Amino acid sequence: MTGTIQNRDAFLGNIATQLGREQKAKVEKPEWKHQPQRRVLVNASIDELLEVLRVQCEQIHTDIVETTKEALPAAVDGVVKAYGGGPLSLWKDERFAEYGLSKLLETDWPSQQIEVNCWDTSLGEKNIELAEQANIGITFSDMTLAESGTVVLFSSPDKGRSVSLLPTHYIALIPKSTLVPRITQASDLIREKLNNGEKVPSCINFITGPSNSADIEMNLVIGVHGPVKATYIVIEDC
Amino acid sequence: MSMKFSKKNFADRTKDNISDDFMRQAVASAQERLHGRRLDAAEELGSWEEWRSHGEEIRQHVLENLDFYLYQLSENVAKRGGHVFFAKTAEEASNYVRNVIKEKDGKKVVKSKSMVTEEINLNAVLEEAGCEVIETDLGEYILQVDDHDPPSHIVAPALHKNREQIREVFAEKLDYHNTSKPEELALHAREKLRQEFLDADIGITGCNFAIAETGSISLVTNEGNARLVSALPKTQITVMGMERVVPSFEEFEVLVSLLTRSAVGQKLTSYVTALTGPRDEGDLDGPEEFHLVIVDNGRSEILGTEFQSVLQCIRCAACVNVCPVYRHIGGHSYGSIYSGPIGAVLSPLLGGYDDFKELPFASTLCGACTDACPVKIPLHELLHTHRRIIVEEEGRSPISERLAMKAFGIGASSNPLYSMGAKVASTAMKPLTKNDRISKGPGPLKEWTDLREFPAVGNTRFRDWFYDQKGGK
Repeated sequence: MTGTIQNRDAFLGNIATQLGREQKAKVEKPEWKHQPQRRVLVNASIDELLEVLRVQCEQIHTDIVETTKEALPAAVDGVVKAYGGGPLSLWKDERFAEYGLSKLLETDWPSQQIEVNCWDTSLGEKNIELAEQANIGITFSDMTLAESGTVVLFSSPDKGRSVSLLPTHYIALIPKSTLVPRITQASDLIREKLNNGEKVPSCINFITGPSNSADIEMNLVIGVHGPVKATYIVIEDC
Repeated sequence: MSMKFSKKNFADRTKDNISDDFMRQAVASAQERLHGRRLDAAEELGSWEEWRSHGEEIRQHVLENLDFYLYQLSENVAKRGGHVFFAKTAEEASNYVRNVIKEKDGKKVVKSKSMVTEEINLNAVLEEAGCEVIETDLGEYILQVDDHDPPSHIVAPALHKNREQIREVFAEKLDYHNTSKPEELALHAREKLRQEFLDADIGITGCNFAIAETGSISLVTNEGNARLVSALPKTQITVMGMERVVPSFEEFEVLVSLLTRSAVGQKLTSYVTALTGPRDEGDLDGPEEFHLVIVDNGRSEILGTEFQSVLQCIRCAACVNVCPVYRHIGGHSYGSIYSGPIGAVLSPLLGGYDDFKELPFASTLCGACTDACPVKIPLHELLHTHRRIIVEEEGRSPISERLAMKAFGIGASSNPLYSMGAKVASTAMKPLTKNDRISKGPGPLKEWTDLREFPAVGNTRFRDWFYDQKGGK
């Protein structure tokens, strides 16, 4: 469905008049004189990027756990238990199976009375309620920015925005291969998708650690409206 | 709250604030922390000057081609099913928002931080129409609960309040029984507000940058409140100043990198969210309906003038955090929701000289603001331009100053008069001089000598002294 646009002609006509010219129908972006962002960490190896991420995690009050694919179930289980167990809120995401977490999700946790709720479109808005009541939200990172310690999440019908937002704790599963230097590479990927005719997801989240605020006397308080604690689990996959 | 929030004149506002010791100490320490963090972040990044130049070239290009990028933005928002409303005035903007809410039969509105909604007086309009409007940024929530105390800083709106004052406000208005620890206060706000987010039917956000190529809007926060505002209510209304657009994600990320470093010294804030249209088909969260309100409210009149560069502003408050005048008089003295150097330039442009003509004079023209600006707005030069216009074209300088300048003009342009004046100055000031200092100055000197002493006028004129020196010959 196409939306509506109101009052545009007069508004833009006035801008053109103020700028002392006719309205422009086409503008080519100039070749920018400066591009400092393109040089940041550009020659870093994947292991060097991981080291940058490790250091940055201290800055953003986020725990980091490094593991192999084989040891991943035990690592995730450990963090979940440390955060006090379920209920859990998860994306519906084939990567949980790819990374060998099916048994943990479908058998081990339920048998320990840890409630596991995967995003399920057939449940409608009930999903939001479940995420709101969850102790921990778990998602994969679609892209991981070493410089800032950021996980990038692209929304879709199976990947609700609420999972990384409403639960008290948040765990991001980070395949090491998703590491890139900085937000520059994420922007490039988004534009590449766009140029290939793909739609930009309705919501792209760049998440850097737990929520926080310094609004009271400039004192940092970790945990305000979003999750109060966050852990990144980096999976050796390359 | 509209842009102007005080009926007192500038001198009275300043007097009130300058004697508020807590506020002054809070502002000073906040300035030091934020300024320090910004410098660290810039140094860590390296080539900061090149980053600034890139920020500047992006913002200048956008302003030169603003009509095109707003056209492209609106087309792409509509393609994704969003509704775009171009509002020439504050009234048009707030009336549109009110009407959308009315149509949706909305009762409860949750809001994330937005300076432009303050500027268009949106909360008052909505409350008059019977809506409950809840600010969800912790700082703004504190101010709202405290009977709408005005913000004193663009980024940290409740900077002027201490924890004990906040505890008292919470105890009185929110039935709060815990201590003044920031953690406990914040937790209380989290619990109170979580339910509001779930119950609200309308979410209103500002917009840090809109992205023309994709029709996206973006929200930069640490608390996560803007994510809640845009994830839970069925209708989302985003209000943006018309200049806050960038061509594509390529430029977006550069400006976000500059913004978060300059505002709080972070590489990125906890949450940077790019939203495109309402929820996609099949999505279960996010708004079903999305409206974007693009506000002019005086901005277009700045385009094409010598003040155009002020529209490059990305609202980081780096200039506020280095300003020696802001440090002493605090945000409330400005009488505008936009305080500090950027406020002193912008407020007279958007609100007129009648209300804000003193602000450009509340500056030492030291240029620290210009050096701090991540998009290279020549702030102190714009302040100087304001002064020139106020004095030359508007003839609005204080009458005592005009008379004094006129007298000085006559005296200084005539050699005999100037010589005589300089000779008698020492004698004329003698009754006021004690131990070579003047501590109770007359007329225009009074403001100065209320706070400190003025050195006595010397017995020897500079030119006599100069000719007595060997080098003078």
